[in-house]
Amino acid sequence: MSLIKAFVAIIRRDLILAVRRRAEIVNPLFFFIIVVTLFPLGIGAQAKLLQAMAPGVIWVSALLAAMLSLDSLFRSDFDDGSLEQMLLSPYPVAVLVLGKIVAHWLVTGLPLILIAPLLAVFLGLPDAAMGTLVKTLVLGTPVLSLIGAIGVALTVGLRRGGMILSLLVLPLYIPVLIFASNAVDMAAMGLPVSAQINILMAILFLALVLAPLPAAAALKMSVN
Amino acid sequence: MSIIPAPVSRFFHRMASPPIFYAFADKLIPWLSLIFIGLTGAGLYLGLFVAPADYQQGDSYRIIYIHVPAAWMSLFIYVLMAICGGIALIWRMKLAEVMMVSSAPIGAGFTFIALVTGSLWGKPMWGTWWVWDARLTSELILLFLYLGAISLYGAIEDRRTASRAVAILVIVGVVNIPIIHYSVQWWNTLHQGPTVAKAGKPSIHISMLIPLLLMATAFKLHYAIAVLQAAKVEILKREQNTQWVKKLIEGNS
Repeated sequence: MSLIKAFVAIIRRDLILAVRRRAEIVNPLFFFIIVVTLFPLGIGAQAKLLQAMAPGVIWVSALLAAMLSLDSLFRSDFDDGSLEQMLLSPYPVAVLVLGKIVAHWLVTGLPLILIAPLLAVFLGLPDAAMGTLVKTLVLGTPVLSLIGAIGVALTVGLRRGGMILSLLVLPLYIPVLIFASNAVDMAAMGLPVSAQINILMAILFLALVLAPLPAAAALKMSVN
Repeated sequence: MSIIPAPVSRFFHRMASPPIFYAFADKLIPWLSLIFIGLTGAGLYLGLFVAPADYQQGDSYRIIYIHVPAAWMSLFIYVLMAICGGIALIWRMKLAEVMMVSSAPIGAGFTFIALVTGSLWGKPMWGTWWVWDARLTSELILLFLYLGAISLYGAIEDRRTASRAVAILVIVGVVNIPIIHYSVQWWNTLHQGPTVAKAGKPSIHISMLIPLLLMATAFKLHYAIAVLQAAKVEILKREQNTQWVKKLIEGNS
C-alpha cells in the first residue's frame, strides 16, 4: 500500500466511523449555535451592539466548539488500541496524523462553516462581510484542528486531560482569532482585508506542514 | 564531535551525571549570589540616584530598570527552555529536562513581573492600566504558555514522560517569541519601539543605559541562581531512590 493510499484509507475509515456515530458531528454544531445564542441574551438585544460584536462572537464560539470537539480526534483510537497499531505501521506517523486531522476537520469544522453565515444573519452582520467571514472560517478552522491535534496528542493519555487541553491550545489559537475577527470587522466597515487573509493563508500552510510533526511525536510519547 | 573542543565536551559529559551536577551547583550558587548582590546594588544606585530624570516622564521612567530586564528575561528563559527541550528530545539528556522544567516557574515569574510593572508604568504615562495592544497581548500569551507548560508537567505522573510532553509543547510555543519581539515594529502600538537593541546607535543616553545593562546582567544571575536551586530540588526528587541521595541526606542529618 502506497503512502497516499494509506492516507486516503485513514480518512475513509474515520469518515465511516463518524457517519456511524452521528452525535460526534452534531454535538459541536449544537454547541456552536447555543453559545452564539447566549450572547444576545446575555448582552441585550441592541442591534448596533450585536452587529459590532458579531465577528468576535462567531469566531470565539467557533474556536470553543472546535476545541471541545478535539477530544474525539484520538480518544476512541487510543481506548481500543488502534492508535498503537497506527504507530507500529510502516508509514510515517505524521502523514497518518494528518489524515486523521483532515477527516476530523471534514466532520467538525466544515459544518461550522456552513452554519456560520446563518448565525451571522441573526446577529445582524452586514452582507458585505459575509464572504469574508466564510473565507476566514475556511482558512482558520483547519488551523484550529491542526494546532489542536498537537494539544490533544499530548493529553490523550491523561484521565482528565480536558481542562489542561484548553490551557495548552487556547493560547496558540489566539493569532488565528485576532487576524480572522479583525478581517471580518474590516470587511464590515468596507475596508480591504487582503492582508489579513494572506496572513491566515500563511498560517494555514505553515500549520499544514509543521503541525503533524510535533503531533506525531506527542502521540508516540502518550502511547508509551 | 570534532568541532567541539575536548575539554568542553568532557565538561558536558560530566555535568550530565546528576551527583556531579548537584555538587557543582552547590559550589556555584554562593559565588553567583555574591556577584548578583554587587550588580543589583550598583545598578539600583546608578539607576535610582545617579541617572538623570527623563525630560518627558520625570522620575517615573525609573521603573524601566525592573520592567525591561524582566521582559528580556521572560523571552530569554522561554528560548532557553525550548533549546533544553530540543536537547532533551534528541539526546534524552536528563539534565536538559531538569533545567527546562525548573525554568518554567521562574520564567512565568519574570513574565508576571514584566506585565505588572508595565501596567504600573502605563497608568501615569498612558493614563490606563492596560491596553490591548500587540506587545502587551503577546506578553500575556507568553504567560499563558508558561502556565500551560507548568500544568502539563504537573498532570503527567512519570517525570520523564512529562518532560518530553513539555518539551514538545515549549518548542511549538516558540513561534510566539518573534511575534512578541517584533510586535512593536510590525504594528503601530501604544507601547514604545525598541531603544536599546536596534541597528546603529541605541537611542538611550549612556547614563541611563549603563544601569539598565547592569540590572539586566543582575537579572540573568538571579535566574541562574534560582534555576540552579530549583534544579537541585528537581534532581533530588527524581533520584530519591539512588544511593548518592541517601548518602547525602544521611550526611546532612
